[in-house]
Amino acid sequence: MDTLPTVWFCAVAVLWVGYLFLEGFDLGVGMHMKLFARGEGERRVLLNTIGPVWDGNEVWLLTAGGATFAAFPRWYASLFSALYLPLTLALVALIFRAVSIEYRGKVHSDRWRAAWDWALSLGSAVAAFCVGAMLALTTTGLPLDANGDRVGGPFAWLTWYAVLGGVAVVAFSLVHGLAFIALKTDGGIRARAHRAFVRWLPLAILPLVAWVIAVQLCTGAWWSWLLAVVAAVAALTAWMLARRGSEGRAFIGLALTLAAGAAAIFSAVYPVVLPSTLDPANSLTVTSASSSDYTLGLMTVVALIGLPLVLAYQTWTYWVFRRRLSVDSIPTAHSVVPATLVRLVTGKQA
Amino acid sequence: MDALEIARWQFGITTVYHFMMVPLTIGLGLVVAVLQTVWYRTGKDEFLRMTKFWGKLFLINFIMGVATGIVQEFQFGMAWSEYSRFVGDVFGAPLAMEALLAFFVESTFLGLWIFGWKQLRRGLHLAALWCAVIGSAVSAYFIIVANSWMQHPVGVKMVNGHPVMTDAWAVFTNNTALVAVPHTLMGALGVAGAFLLGISWYHLWQRRHDGIDTVEAVPGTGRRRRERVVVGEAPGVPGRDRTDHAVWLKSLRIGAVVAMISFAGTAVTGDLQGKLMFEQQPMKMAAAEAACHDGTGFSVLSVGNLGSRDCSDVAAVIEVPGLLSFLAKGDFTTEVKGVNTLIPEYEKAYGTNLPDNPLYGDRAGEAIQYVPVMEVTYWGFRAMIGFGALAALAALAALIATRKGTVPQARWLMRLAVVGILAPFGANAAGWIFTEMGRQPFVVAPNPSMAGSVDQVFMFTAAAVSPGVSAGEILTSLIVLTLLYAALMVVEVRLLWTYTRGGVAAAMPELAHAAPAEPPADDDSGPSGGAAKPADDVLAFAY
Ligand code: HDD
Ligand code: HEM
Ligand code: HEM
Repeated sequence: MDTLPTVWFCAVAVLWVGYLFLEGFDLGVGMHMKLFARGEGERRVLLNTIGPVWDGNEVWLLTAGGATFAAFPRWYASLFSALYLPLTLALVALIFRAVSIEYRGKVHSDRWRAAWDWALSLGSAVAAFCVGAMLALTTTGLPLDANGDRVGGPFAWLTWYAVLGGVAVVAFSLVHGLAFIALKTDGGIRARAHRAFVRWLPLAILPLVAWVIAVQLCTGAWWSWLLAVVAAVAALTAWMLARRGSEGRAFIGLALTLAAGAAAIFSAVYPVVLPSTLDPANSLTVTSASSSDYTLGLMTVVALIGLPLVLAYQTWTYWVFRRRLSVDSIPTAHSVVPATLVRLVTGKQA
Repeated sequence: MDALEIARWQFGITTVYHFMMVPLTIGLGLVVAVLQTVWYRTGKDEFLRMTKFWGKLFLINFIMGVATGIVQEFQFGMAWSEYSRFVGDVFGAPLAMEALLAFFVESTFLGLWIFGWKQLRRGLHLAALWCAVIGSAVSAYFIIVANSWMQHPVGVKMVNGHPVMTDAWAVFTNNTALVAVPHTLMGALGVAGAFLLGISWYHLWQRRHDGIDTVEAVPGTGRRRRERVVVGEAPGVPGRDRTDHAVWLKSLRIGAVVAMISFAGTAVTGDLQGKLMFEQQPMKMAAAEAACHDGTGFSVLSVGNLGSRDCSDVAAVIEVPGLLSFLAKGDFTTEVKGVNTLIPEYEKAYGTNLPDNPLYGDRAGEAIQYVPVMEVTYWGFRAMIGFGALAALAALAALIATRKGTVPQARWLMRLAVVGILAPFGANAAGWIFTEMGRQPFVVAPNPSMAGSVDQVFMFTAAAVSPGVSAGEILTSLIVLTLLYAALMVVEVRLLWTYTRGGVAAAMPELAHAAPAEPPADDDSGPSGGAAKPADDVLAFAY
């Protein structure tokens, strides 16, 4: 019986979609620190739109990773070891991103902030690219031997599919970030973000569409084609809604696009979780890669309790911080000076 | 070095580094939550200030724990794919639960706490912090369940050469974990205690140094000279008022008490761990003692070539008779097996040579070295206890030295207090290095109660590394991550130091409003004129 492995295949897919949807916009906002924001005031607005939520969004990635480990140890082991170098790069990027969000405002100096802005933008872009490449490769395959180990050297994974997946997630995050900014801010920045979103959406969605179609052409079935069509319709609807000015509905449309697109991809490759490009017999499948039913049963119980809770309190967080921000709501920055009389005497600043 | 050795260095470095941040997160988080609770109950200003100040340092540190933790989640699969395949059925579950049940709670509620000062009702805001703090303790529990299973595999049976979970209850209530969790949490409290103590000492010293607080003799009282602190204020320096003195004095006292509780707690739980170790990993116990022959004495100092690993010339110089038996068994007479007795037992149970299997690479067929690196286990064990004890003694001394209400004027004492912050960090790192390296040559240590059965569960470290990954790749990540971590360490420590020196006003800019005007912010699009007053209620801005 492979009911439980299939359930967990869906669960892992859901976690990835959750990650791409939630972290997608804060990766986009991160990149827009350099691309979109004009001036320090706007940069701080951007940062504060994701401030309370980005760490919680990133945990979706950790959960996706952890759940893959628990439910499909062989998938986790083969995929992560095969992609050693790109994942190292992704880790470096994620580290820079996390640290820059928290440290950027901690020192009152233009050079300091400019350096962290670069770290945040590049870190977001590289992280998005690497995650996209990894997901694309898990759907299109890697050169794996019978034990599930990569052959062909450190760069054997580097294919056009990897690039396509990387670009798809970067581009999607960019427009998703714009939609989020339009939703969370007020004033000039909101209008600009909205205009940019309407303008770039049709272009930015293309690589994602290409990826979905590529996977369909290889292994698609009628239901996965159907999902692909749903994704396309959702994208179109989102765009039309955005043109009419409905920011909220456009945002939901984008979420649907992502969910349906990912479902189309994952359902097309099922029951394979990681194809081997060397020999189909080496491909990892839901059954060959999965943990025992006992472990999966345990994880199912935990997930049934845990996931609804997570969704509840994360939703509540977005509700608490639902107010729109504008440059006027940003208080002035202040510098940290040593609390000592010596400063008054010598006038020395920290 | 081959891929295996590089991978071991890389795992060691990244994990020890991660575990610099983690204990401070756990310990300081708890302290801040208690401080805010006191403020919530009493409304006393000094507790608000303490919450804000220590909370700021807590956050500066927290983010590095997050950033380095992501590496931990990935590197099992990246560098240790054979290990992941072998243990996945059991080991993955606690890891996934840690993310699902702990990290989500921690990160989400911390976000609510940071940004919610004005958004949430006071009680709710406090509850958010408590959720985050409980989340970090829960995360420690899950990760230690995973680690303890490597130290003492339980709740599984072997199916096709892989352990498969049969009893989740046994895995999640592994006795190894049930003592390691409180021991680690207590160790984390020690870090927080020394942190509070050192930094508060610095501020009390600075106040005296600036002449804000002075000490005067109390006239006409008996034979013993008594002194009294006159608390002052410096109107020119933001936050340096009378309350400020209370902030630091109370923080110092709390820190000292926490450090002492921590040591007592680690000693009690550590003793329990020692007893389990005696049963579960006798070789680790022997190596911790550099005990070659069976005996009852605890070595205070052993000399000779600890690295020789065959015990040819190790001699205990100072020994406390009976203490080793007490650590292992609770009496003073049980003979504890030494390395020389254990080696043949291990060879009999687990073989003399690594199997001739391609998974072992060049090491296939090599003789197995059952004795871990004794310099590390012996000194690691002593460094853990030593640094912990040192911190506890220093805390006691600090309580005595500050009886009169401030710290002595000596600059070197202040420096000592600040440097002393490192001691519990050292104890934690040493304890883990001892635990992990003492487990060698196994990555999953055998459970002796399964010894002799064909279905014993264990794995040699030599078979655990990713077969498809080249040494060059692992070396690249080792170099990149080490350099990055070193650079980030500099940044973090400098930021912590800047905010430390800034005192409470650094975390509460509102305190500075009464003070001389700050230079205007260089916002190019910031609020202009009095009309566009910052709408402070939208967010309590952190970034
Ligand atoms: C401030 C930190 C600190 C302090 C003061 C102590 N420990 Fe510890 N110890 C740790 C921090 C630590 C740790 C870092 O948290 C470890 C590593 C693994 C673990 O579970 O806890 C540890 C491990 C550890 C182990 C290894 C368990 C194993 O490998 O299976 C033993 C036997 C002890 N400790 C015993 C003690 C004793 C008898 C102490 C006496 C005073 C002591 N520890 C103080
Ligand atoms: C609690 C969760 C932990 C898990 C699951 C874990 C797991 C592992 C694994 C898989 C290895 C590599 C295999 C090996 O060399 O045996 C390892 C090695 C190591 N770990 Fe841990 N570890 C944990 C915590 C820690 C902590 C907190 C520290 C230090 C602060 C630490 C220090 C080390 C060191 C120094 C090594 C290298 C040892 C050697 O190769 O000889 N570990 N650990
Ligand atoms: C005794 C050892 C360890 C303890 C007590 C511990 C606990 C913690 C704590 C308190 C944090 C910071 C809070 C947070 O970010 O949510 C953290 C972060 C993290 N740790 Fe560790 N950890 C340990 C070792 C490890 C190991 C070996 C791993 C590898 C699986 C790991 C994985 C992580 C991850 C992925 C994060 C980031 C979580 C986030 O983004 O919120 N930790 N850990």
